Amino acid sequence: MTEAATALKTTPLHALHVELGARMVPFAGYDMPVQYPLGILKEHQHTREKAGLFDVSHMGQVRLTGADPAGALETLVPGDIKGLAQGRMRYTLFLNEQGGILDDLMVTNAGDHLFLVVNAACKDQDVAHLREKLAGKAEVELLDDLALMALQGPMAAEVMARFVPEAATMKFMSYLSATFKGVPVILTRSGYTGEDGYEISCDKSDAEMIARALLGESEVEAIGLGARDSLRLEAGLCLYGHDIDTTTTPVDGALEWTLPKRRRAEGGFPGYDIIHHQLTEGAARRRVGIQPDGRQPAREHTEIQDANGTVIGEITSGGFGPTAGAPVAMGYVDIANSAVGTPLTLVVRGKPLPARVAATPFVPQRYYRG
Amino acid sequence: MTKKFTKDHEWVQVDGDVATVGVTDFAQSQLGDVVFVELPEAGRVLEQGKEAAVVESVKAASDVYAPVSGTVVEANQSLVDDPSMVNSAAETEGWFFKIQLKDTSELDGLMDEAAYKAFVEEAH
Repeated sequence: MTEAATALKTTPLHALHVELGARMVPFAGYDMPVQYPLGILKEHQHTREKAGLFDVSHMGQVRLTGADPAGALETLVPGDIKGLAQGRMRYTLFLNEQGGILDDLMVTNAGDHLFLVVNAACKDQDVAHLREKLAGKAEVELLDDLALMALQGPMAAEVMARFVPEAATMKFMSYLSATFKGVPVILTRSGYTGEDGYEISCDKSDAEMIARALLGESEVEAIGLGARDSLRLEAGLCLYGHDIDTTTTPVDGALEWTLPKRRRAEGGFPGYDIIHHQLTEGAARRRVGIQPDGRQPAREHTEIQDANGTVIGEITSGGFGPTAGAPVAMGYVDIANSAVGTPLTLVVRGKPLPARVAATPFVPQRYYRG
Repeated sequence: MTKKFTKDHEWVQVDGDVATVGVTDFAQSQLGDVVFVELPEAGRVLEQGKEAAVVESVKAASDVYAPVSGTVVEANQSLVDDPSMVNSAAETEGWFFKIQLKDTSELDGLMDEAAYKAFVEEAH
């Protein structure tokens, strides 16, 4: 324990997590809070009802500069980056030559540069990938002097407006350079919970002041990675390395919405031939939402069978959805069994558990649409 | 009535030749919010140290082992209906099942309250 802990990295909010009584666990090489004394269930519900503050400083923040960073990035991702207006952001995917997903990321057009947020476990390889593939076309800088927090929930906007009044009218998936109690911050109206909210990028040295200011508001509680996972699962959002990875394409992963018309027609991204073929002919399997009957959760790697007992896939994320009040899951099934309502059998500890393909999200998304 | 504890964090309260079994307050604090329990049905024969029940929290599933061998005489249906009782009353109303003891000498190998307390403090 102590040997492993010394090898772990910490975020600028580590001491605050410990002070707040968090249970710390290793995650993507960092010592991170999985839950606070409130517990996962109440942290989850608090975020859905009021507002929760998450430390996501382990994630990679990357600046891309150059003559045409959008054009350069489009050679690695299938999203419309050239068409991204200044101050707007978009979800996209790094792909390999087989159309497999190397990572998922957020890209913001920050005017004179692109601002990327990538997964903690992938950040070093993402930066190496960008530097190798975009050599001579764009400069890649890992901004490891920055912290990242998320304020999520129906009261996030009201709370944020007390510190940054102009945050209230920010559009969903937009970016704002602002000042929070005298220090510079970058806000995006985005998140990973299905709720309205913000991600807050700031200098490491300002992170604790900002976190304490937000936690000082009566609506805000600190929320750990445990509730972050149950919140995103209910919202139907993918967790990289589980629901999507190098063996799944955007079509397999039911992420066709990340493939805009122009890119589908023009190509110019890795794996285009395979993805184009899948878009035309269909894929063999598909990521779907899965609703088990009863109350027993079905976890990751649970085997999925069709009505005849044939193995057709496995659960990639599963647990109990506190807001749904029921177990929720997602996983891959063969295309013949992917329609909403299709009955499935999950094999949990050797016993059959009836389930069906369900529409996602499991709870309505409540993003701010202005 | 004697109360004994296992290294797997089960408690067993003995009353004559019937014992009531549950998980300890320390165990529930480690599990976090419990959302599902699967209990053995009456009549099932359990062997000491083998799987007897399942408890699932928001984050993970855990096995509960039989602290003693015997035959299940009753499962706690209230716990199935409200699994959060594991968190709120682990060592009282949140009991899992009652078992008819096969061999009372098995109890000798379990810890008493003081020994269990020391075990938890040492291990964590």
